[in-house]
Amino acid sequence: MTDSDLLPVPSQTSGPFLSIGLLRDHVGASVVSEDDPRAIRVRGRLLDGNGDPVPDGLVEIWQANAAGRYAHAEDTRADIPLEDGFRGFGRSGTVDDGWFEFVTVKPGRVPGPDEELQAPHLVVLVFARGLLKQLVTRLYFPDESEANATDPILSELDEAERATLIARAEDGGLRFDIRLQGEGETTFFAV
Amino acid sequence: MGLKHSSLSRVRDEDVLGVDPPYDHHEYVGTRLRHPKQPLVLLPHTLSERTAPVYGDLALGELDNDLTRQHADEPLGERISVSGRLLGSDGRPIPGQLVEIWQANAAGRYRHAVDTHPAPLDPNFTGAGRCLTDEKGEYRFVTVKPGAYPWKNHENAWRPAHIHFSVFGRAIPDRLVTQMYFPGDPLFPFDPIFNSVRDEQARERMISSFELDLTQAEWSLGFRFDIVLGGRSATPLEEPHHD
Repeated sequence: MTDSDLLPVPSQTSGPFLSIGLLRDHVGASVVSEDDPRAIRVRGRLLDGNGDPVPDGLVEIWQANAAGRYAHAEDTRADIPLEDGFRGFGRSGTVDDGWFEFVTVKPGRVPGPDEELQAPHLVVLVFARGLLKQLVTRLYFPDESEANATDPILSELDEAERATLIARAEDGGLRFDIRLQGEGETTFFAV
Repeated sequence: MGLKHSSLSRVRDEDVLGVDPPYDHHEYVGTRLRHPKQPLVLLPHTLSERTAPVYGDLALGELDNDLTRQHADEPLGERISVSGRLLGSDGRPIPGQLVEIWQANAAGRYRHAVDTHPAPLDPNFTGAGRCLTDEKGEYRFVTVKPGAYPWKNHENAWRPAHIHFSVFGRAIPDRLVTQMYFPGDPLFPFDPIFNSVRDEQARERMISSFELDLTQAEWSLGFRFDIVLGGRSATPLEEPHHD
């Protein structure tokens, strides 16, 4: 293999037919069982610049477990327990008129850039026709106002930006809409 | 508490593209209402970004990576194999990771309700496959070569033949969904999705290579598609740390 072969492959859109490959008896259909007493339901809509639903998208979430440990070798904090079968990954299509839904648990706090703890959050990735690469955002929890206020990421955002990242309580679960463009546009991250 | 860190930078997508296409690519009509207009917030890489889903232990079906053997009979079309290696930006292979693909059939039709192209469906072809990379980071699929198909982006628009790939790497910034193209496709100059990647050499890395060594006599044509991750560059050009 020559050096030039070691340059990265660029991203391309998932296109409108991603459900064929990514939602057929798919991985990440639920993060935890609905029977898990800690289970919470997170629902939301993926909306475009006209406020119209995006019915051909995909939303993925990545998170630590309830104790705040990632199921990944890079998280070496052995004192925090992993849980059998918990991967921390969820995937939902938006085929139902832009709606996506996850059954998961609120993650514990994980270290931030200066090792201070971050507020509980989900990493959220968005794919769709018209997105030439995924968008990256985060979901924070509305019942964590103290942790949110000192979170090293959230506390650096202005009020309008922060508001787009905090889910709200609705129907016993959480509601988190993602607006790709325009009024109330979700705050997206470069990673 | 919380006073040590510096303020988070706002960056323009243009400045952190790496080899990737921009969100706002006017020639691809689908981007117009779907690209963010606000600057991106440059996220420091915490444990949340330095990790990613791991699927090395996933129990897959024996035929999940052979799209020609998922039905009672064989699909129509040119039988091909597509294989390659999944590598991190440091060149190290990524073993035990999930590779997922989807594609149109040989006539250029997807098995999907939204695909209205008047080309035949193939009862023996779903067009979905997945496998795990082995200990050397290698993956392999057997399928049929997908057909080109029209789309409504502009007058007489046609997509070059392609297979969609979805891969996970070692960390969240590695996550990659892309399209693998075939060498010598005459549609390349006209396709706004292919040409959304600005660098010509980067575009060429989305094109598989035909290899006689991977071609099985009397059976299938062999194509190679190596996938190196790490194309996103969240280090803005004006910030002079590493390289």
